[in-house]
Amino acid sequence: MSLQFIVDGLLTGSMIGMGAIGVTLTYSILRFANFAHGDFMAWGTYATLAVVGVIGAMFGKVAPIGSLSFGWPLIVALVAGIAFTALLALLLDKVLFSRLRKQGQAIIVVMASFGASMALRSLLEFTFTSRPTYFSRAIQIAMPVGFGIRITPDQIALLLLTAVLVTGVHLMMTRTQTGRAMQALSQNAALARVVGIDVAKVVRVTWIVGGALACVAGVMIGILIQIRPFMGFDMLLPMFAAAILGGIGSVPGAVFGGLIIGLAEAGAVQLIGAEWRAAVSFIILMAVLFVRPIGLFGVRER
Amino acid sequence: MSGIVLDVRDLEAGYEPGVPIVRGVSLHVAAGEIVVVLGPNGAGKSSLIKAVAGLVPISRGTVLLDGKDITAAPAHMMVRLGLAFVPQTENVFPLMSVEDNLKVACCILKPREIPARIAEMYAAFPDLERQRKSVAGNLSGGQRQMLAVARALIVHPKVLVLDEPSAGLSPKLVAMVFEMLFAIRKSGVTILLVEQNAKAALAIGDHAYVLVEGKDRHEGVAAALWNDPVVAELYLGQRPKVGDKAELSGRGSAA
Repeated sequence: MSLQFIVDGLLTGSMIGMGAIGVTLTYSILRFANFAHGDFMAWGTYATLAVVGVIGAMFGKVAPIGSLSFGWPLIVALVAGIAFTALLALLLDKVLFSRLRKQGQAIIVVMASFGASMALRSLLEFTFTSRPTYFSRAIQIAMPVGFGIRITPDQIALLLLTAVLVTGVHLMMTRTQTGRAMQALSQNAALARVVGIDVAKVVRVTWIVGGALACVAGVMIGILIQIRPFMGFDMLLPMFAAAILGGIGSVPGAVFGGLIIGLAEAGAVQLIGAEWRAAVSFIILMAVLFVRPIGLFGVRER
Repeated sequence: MSGIVLDVRDLEAGYEPGVPIVRGVSLHVAAGEIVVVLGPNGAGKSSLIKAVAGLVPISRGTVLLDGKDITAAPAHMMVRLGLAFVPQTENVFPLMSVEDNLKVACCILKPREIPARIAEMYAAFPDLERQRKSVAGNLSGGQRQMLAVARALIVHPKVLVLDEPSAGLSPKLVAMVFEMLFAIRKSGVTILLVEQNAKAALAIGDHAYVLVEGKDRHEGVAAALWNDPVVAELYLGQRPKVGDKAELSGRGSAA
């Protein structure tokens, strides 16, 4: 068995994990499963693609950075895409979720998010068609790094970016007042208000963090695989699996859950065949929940 | 009226519109006092102070804090206005450490004030310092109550409002909690307290109100209220004295 599955698995796992952070935060803080989260990924990616196009029209062809497949326009566009996705998440919350949340029935909000997901996806298909597109068609040469493993410069850069962002979000959650307020709100909303936490503000931060990471995960998929309107929706099940596997509410849990599922899928492709990849990740999910129903990083209340 | 920290006037409040649980309550708390609200189960004590704390919608009346109208202020503004509330149950964040529970309550303080303020709380509650890294959900009942009170005090409130701090505690811990409240009052914090445990609360209270069916039916100096016959009739019917029963049944048969 080739060890290449480790690199493939870590990359898939990074995409799943970054998406799962948003899923786990909305689930624990706003108390609903947001089915539109995958579509934030797709919208973020198309927004980034659009900005790359605009920059291309303004500055012409820009040379890529080092041996990467992309140059500064993609980095600038990613920042713009992140801002756009965060705004999209805030807007969707304002016009749709926040009103339904007030009624206090989570299932209504979940169904609304399902509707929003379909609407967002259809809008993308309408605007950009469902034909796959790419940030770059350049072919990268994968470098051998020993043990039969090959990795491209893009893959290294994106793994590093994931590590930096995930560490940053984890530090924010555990070391800053905003992060503590998010934890507090997820544990007891009424008490959070009593201690003086402005719930509306924390909810906004939650959407911004979730939307931003969704955009980065989407752009990662766009760089390494391809850009399609369904790109995010197809990630939905693995993202939820990762969030649950890691323990709802836990940022490190979501990331580790993502990596486990990514590695399991990549390993399964080699061992059993690509058509079984989803089944393998769900068998792992069920096995973990059987032993530890609160997930790997979940904490049991006493 | 100077010296009145908390002034509740003709308050009507309830979870659903048109169904008031608190039906016209007036009370006031003077600076440095412990004021106790007593009453039988379902009298609306808890709803009353939750309404004061901004957690139950108010349909009529006013709440003044230091003369300022806070009736319409949302719950998260209360600590900023100087009113700190300690709920009866679930009053700590169970999955956060003791220290993070204190830190998260400092959200209205300036960042540079926070370490000193936490150190002051640890000095006042050494048990909490010993447990600072433990998850709050693993604390004992008494320690949780201590943490909840420390968390409320950390923001220098003008008035500390507590919902049945003795609920669910063993008699020994009840005594500890009331000693703690007495010490807090001594340090200059004004306290409004709702209690089932009338005897213990009246022992530390200055002034007390008796709530029945959502209305304030009686008030008086706390120390005198324990032996007040009106109170006995309104509320402490739960405190049968030897001879009471015979007398009542005797009267009944005579009628």
